[in-house]
Amino acid sequence: MSKKNTGIQDADAMSPRGLEPVETLASRALWAVKDCWTIVAQEFTHLVRQPGTFAWQLGMPVIMVLMFVYVFGSAMDVTGMGAGEGYVDYAMPGMFAMTMAFGLMNTAFAVTLNKEKGFMDRFRSMPMSPSAAVTGRGVADLLHAAIDLAIIAGLALVVGWRPGGNLAETLLAFGLLLWLRLALIFVGVYLGLLINNTEIAGNLFAVVFPLGFISSVFAPPGMMPGWLGALAAWNPVSSTANAIRELFHTPGIESFEVQYWIDGHAVIGALVWPALITLAFVPLAVRQFKNLSR
Amino acid sequence: MTGRTWAIEAHGLTKRYRGKVALDGVDLQVSAGTVHGLLGPNGAGKTTTVRILTTLTRVDGGTASVAGYDVQRQSRQVRRNIGLTGQQTTVDDLLSARQNLIMFGRLFRLDRAAARRRADELLEFFGLEEAPGRSPKWFSGGMRRRLDLAASLILAPKVLFLDEPTTGLDPAGRREVWQAIRTMATSGTTVLLTTHYLDEADKLCDRVSVIDRGRNFVEDTPAGLKRRIGDEQLEVSIAHPDQLERAGALVGRITGTDPVVDREENTVTAPVADGVEALTSVAAAVRAESVGITDIGLRRPTLDEAFLQLTDGSVQPVGDTALEGSKR
Ligand SMILES: Nc1ncnc2c1ncn2[C@@H]1O[C@H](COP(=O)(O)OP(=O)(O)O)[C@@H](O)[C@H]1O
Ligand SMILES: [Mg+2]
Repeated sequence: MSKKNTGIQDADAMSPRGLEPVETLASRALWAVKDCWTIVAQEFTHLVRQPGTFAWQLGMPVIMVLMFVYVFGSAMDVTGMGAGEGYVDYAMPGMFAMTMAFGLMNTAFAVTLNKEKGFMDRFRSMPMSPSAAVTGRGVADLLHAAIDLAIIAGLALVVGWRPGGNLAETLLAFGLLLWLRLALIFVGVYLGLLINNTEIAGNLFAVVFPLGFISSVFAPPGMMPGWLGALAAWNPVSSTANAIRELFHTPGIESFEVQYWIDGHAVIGALVWPALITLAFVPLAVRQFKNLSR
Repeated sequence: MTGRTWAIEAHGLTKRYRGKVALDGVDLQVSAGTVHGLLGPNGAGKTTTVRILTTLTRVDGGTASVAGYDVQRQSRQVRRNIGLTGQQTTVDDLLSARQNLIMFGRLFRLDRAAARRRADELLEFFGLEEAPGRSPKWFSGGMRRRLDLAASLILAPKVLFLDEPTTGLDPAGRREVWQAIRTMATSGTTVLLTTHYLDEADKLCDRVSVIDRGRNFVEDTPAGLKRRIGDEQLEVSIAHPDQLERAGALVGRITGTDPVVDREENTVTAPVADGVEALTSVAAAVRAESVGITDIGLRRPTLDEAFLQLTDGSVQPVGDTALEGSKR
């Protein structure tokens, strides 16, 4: 180990550089954004250095796409146009929505891992913006979700799916998907802060699977037994899936029976559900974050 | 502050977790520029104390200041003046060593160029300059911990907190980290380190506070602490039981003590002040008097025995360094 003085002392002169003595509200906000961006950059360096993890997280939806299109798809008749007819067009938007729902697990797992590995404590002992550890995660996840969507949509195009609406409708559809993902990021942050170790976070499958499957992702709720159908119809994931089907002009969906009010108002549901989830979970997540110093 | 500047000053810290008492009135005073040890068994309250002093945990009672700032009311100022290396090693295995330090540098609000410069300085300072592009995943335990230390030194903090810096490291890793801590201490940084190794406190610290069950027991220099814990024991194993009495008398005469003669183990044990002197004289004497021995050696009370003594009241606090908490 080198014994010579390499700046441990003279770095005193260095320390005030980035730290203005008087912090105004504006400078605090600016630093919150910069710190958040540093964390986002860290997350993206992860992606570059370990693309395998990224591929792994996408593996599930990719396998589902292939399975539902090529294995079950030919037997499915949801549109009343005959077995296999139009199923790709029906299932792909569902798959997009499901990918957003499953992202919840990645957020929660990453937050718990950060806590478990001591990053949350280290960050909180530093003169950085305290919330950046969490907001950085959220922004990174949203960007991550956009990349996921681009890949899954690319795959959907390959297996024959086509958006039937105009450009504005198509963009709005992807916007609604990210809107749902954003709301679920807050749920994921809350759960990640609530849960104490990654072993438990791994079990979030048990929460996320029903959220993904008891929905209109693979089949219209009208085809399910009563109580399950009600659950599936009112599932926020269904609203988003149905709304984007409308925007993609998915053939055959006009023929679905409208059993619940929400069935006929999918776009409203896709806008309002995520807003409600956000309103509920932001304060919960903030409280849980403050509880870290309990 | 009155006259003397304390880098860390805490009075009567209390903390309970869901009714369970973790700290029961801990006091701590550390003068600037010294290395202070917080020594105690598992569950003593070391981590809780460090978390309170580094603004991570709210305190239930008592007051504490670090670098002159109140940890509750001036937490921002405290955070600008401290470094923390927690109980776990917190480095990002998916970034390279250098990228880790640059990331933390950016979060410490250095600009990009300064963060890079500081990262390179610290890599060199901690002897990691050969491995800047490698992931810490492939580092030895000692190297990982040194990188971890480097990350808490980016702003050259006035006060550095190290929570069990060498727990879980192999002997080589421990020596590396000790060396790093010593070098840092000579640059004037105040260090508070927690440990449950007596020898670590002995090697690194100017003063040591022993805590257990959330209370102070003793505060002293490492040398003073060892004196309280008790003298070394000289232990001689005798080859033939019929020579045991003679050996006992011999050891007693040379060491000037009343040795314990164990007839089952065939050993003679005597407390000695100067261990090496006693060992060589006794070894020479048994040879001159033709007493057959199979083993001779020095033994200190183990740490467990020492804690038991220090915390069960059998060791009376001596001198004016004893704190209130040790009177029970
Ligand atoms: N977050 C926590 N929740 C509940 N109990 C805790 C928590 N942290 C520490 N404790 C308890 O407080 C006591 C002191 O713990 P700690 O400060 O970690 O001790 P040490 O670091 O000396 O091993 C222990 O009895 C421990 O179980
Ligand atoms: Mg501890």
